[in-house]
Amino acid sequence: MLMEALEDLNLGDETIGVAPVGCSVFAYHYMDIDMQQAAHGRAPAVATGIKRVMPDKTVFTYQGDGDLAAIGTAETIHACNRGENITFIFINNGIYGMTGGQMAPTTLENMKSSTSPYGRDLKSMGHPLKMTELVANLNGVAYATRQAVHTPALVRKCKKAIVKAFKLQKENKGTTFVEIVTNCNSGWKMRPVQANEWLQKNMIPYYPLGDIKK
Amino acid sequence: MEKDIKLMKGNDAIAEAAIRAGADAYFGYPITPQSEVIEYLMAEQPEKRTGMVVLQAESEVAAINMIYGAAGAGKRVLTTSSSPGISLMQEGISYIAGAQLPCVLVNVVRGGPGLGTIQPSQADYFQSVKGGGHGDYKLIVLAPASVQESVDFIKLAFDIAFKYRNPVMLLTDGVLGQMMEKVEFFEQQERKKEDEPWATVGKAGRGHRNYITSLFIKPEKMYEVNLELQKKYREVEKNEVRYQEIDTEDADYLFVAYGTTARICQKACQLAREKGIKVGLLRPISLYPYPYDAINKLADKVKGVMVIEMNHGQMVEDVKLAVNGKLEVGFMGRSGGIIPTPSEILEALENKFINK
Ligand SMILES: Cc1ncc(C[n+]2csc(CCOP(=O)(O)OP(=O)(O)O)c2C)c(N)n1
Ligand SMILES: [Mg+2]
Repeated sequence: MLMEALEDLNLGDETIGVAPVGCSVFAYHYMDIDMQQAAHGRAPAVATGIKRVMPDKTVFTYQGDGDLAAIGTAETIHACNRGENITFIFINNGIYGMTGGQMAPTTLENMKSSTSPYGRDLKSMGHPLKMTELVANLNGVAYATRQAVHTPALVRKCKKAIVKAFKLQKENKGTTFVEIVTNCNSGWKMRPVQANEWLQKNMIPYYPLGDIKK
Repeated sequence: MEKDIKLMKGNDAIAEAAIRAGADAYFGYPITPQSEVIEYLMAEQPEKRTGMVVLQAESEVAAINMIYGAAGAGKRVLTTSSSPGISLMQEGISYIAGAQLPCVLVNVVRGGPGLGTIQPSQADYFQSVKGGGHGDYKLIVLAPASVQESVDFIKLAFDIAFKYRNPVMLLTDGVLGQMMEKVEFFEQQERKKEDEPWATVGKAGRGHRNYITSLFIKPEKMYEVNLELQKKYREVEKNEVRYQEIDTEDADYLFVAYGTTARICQKACQLAREKGIKVGLLRPISLYPYPYDAINKLADKVKGVMVIEMNHGQMVEDVKLAVNGKLEVGFMGRSGGIIPTPSEILEALENKFINK
């Protein structure tokens, strides 16, 4: 879908993507464009480096919630605050998928993970972080939206949001930020269909879909 | 052409040298005793002079990863910092070495450990020369001993970095960063025009995609990459050893020292000769690759070797490797920002080898 968006805009040949550390660490093997693999959480800084030396190219990061909202929070906030002309694709699955299902900053209240085996306790473990609302407050951010992809209609909507983000980047409007709420059925220890139902019932109410800043 | 000579502070000179070397970008975060580098660049606005980008990052962690990104685009990029900041950069440096990206790093060393002192030191020798970050990698490390060399080595460092696709570090210290000296500048170099064939600049016109990574999940592949790195390091060891010998022809004793302490040792050699003690100096200029052979040869001629450092004897290990048991290796050092004096250096040599 991301590649479709770039193809529709005819940008594939002049785009550089940045892969995170997480389940999408090998993203550069699945996207037929130039890419860099960044250290855990540092994709926004890497993307900044790329964009600053090649302001005419299209640059995006593709990051999980642990990567973007825990270890890389500072890089995320500051790249957004500088209004770097880059696009964030933020994959929120509420968990550290790659390392075996540990708690993420986005893990919901009472949600079980391998490091919150009795459920996330807000008092001792803090609150699930709404990163898109947070960055939407920053003046450097031109567009912040939350999308999902668990139904065909949502997939079409999400693609539109990504296209819009890249268009704004091309117009040098500032940082564009697309959160995608997804499941992680293996990390959540559910079957795929069950995971989608759980997502709709539990994730979406806390992480409501739609544009937060446009 | 008229010579371009200026009286300049070491840190300012490094900043000016970066612009003249045709750097594409600088990313950094302030820390004493090297903040003048970014201050000079911000005041100078090289974007207007050459198109060079300058950005103050939110941390050294961010700065080194901006370097990774821009270096991955094949550009000439550098950062500067001092000890605690360089410690923060180590993960990124390891990634840069693993992904085989060229860049220039400058460490204007201050005393540690911890927050330590803002005064000069050479206590980051191990960190720079032996690793610092994780994994089997090497930084190429150059140690200037004057403002002039700080300038010249910035240009040299870019050349070496691109020749081997490897990060190159200038290891200087608070003395060299803060002192003012006369310096002659090389002329303005053009910024790079051609894209590197391996760089990620968008795949237009290339027909295949490039990617920059240090991830090789299969053991066989990781092993292969490590062997490739080792092969490169052997080449570096063959071609890039640099050192200077001063008064070694007739020397009975030898100082080994780099950077600021080498300057002080030159004075100590003079004092010694006034007293009739023939002392010479070997100054390693490249700390990796290290001038083992040159020291080994001198060990056949002299009666004793003294290593002088602003730390507690980190380089002694390499000098002992070089001397290979032929002679005793003595050491004198100060740390914490205290700079050894020529007379106490000479006294240490006399106590070790002459008055015993
Ligand atoms: C410096 C560092 N710390 C920790 C890790 C281990 N690690 C790898 S991926 C990951 C979490 C990834 O979670 P997320 O970003 O949510 O991605 P997901 O796998 O869920 O897509 C962690 C902790 C690492 N690779 N590097
Ligand atoms: Mg995740």
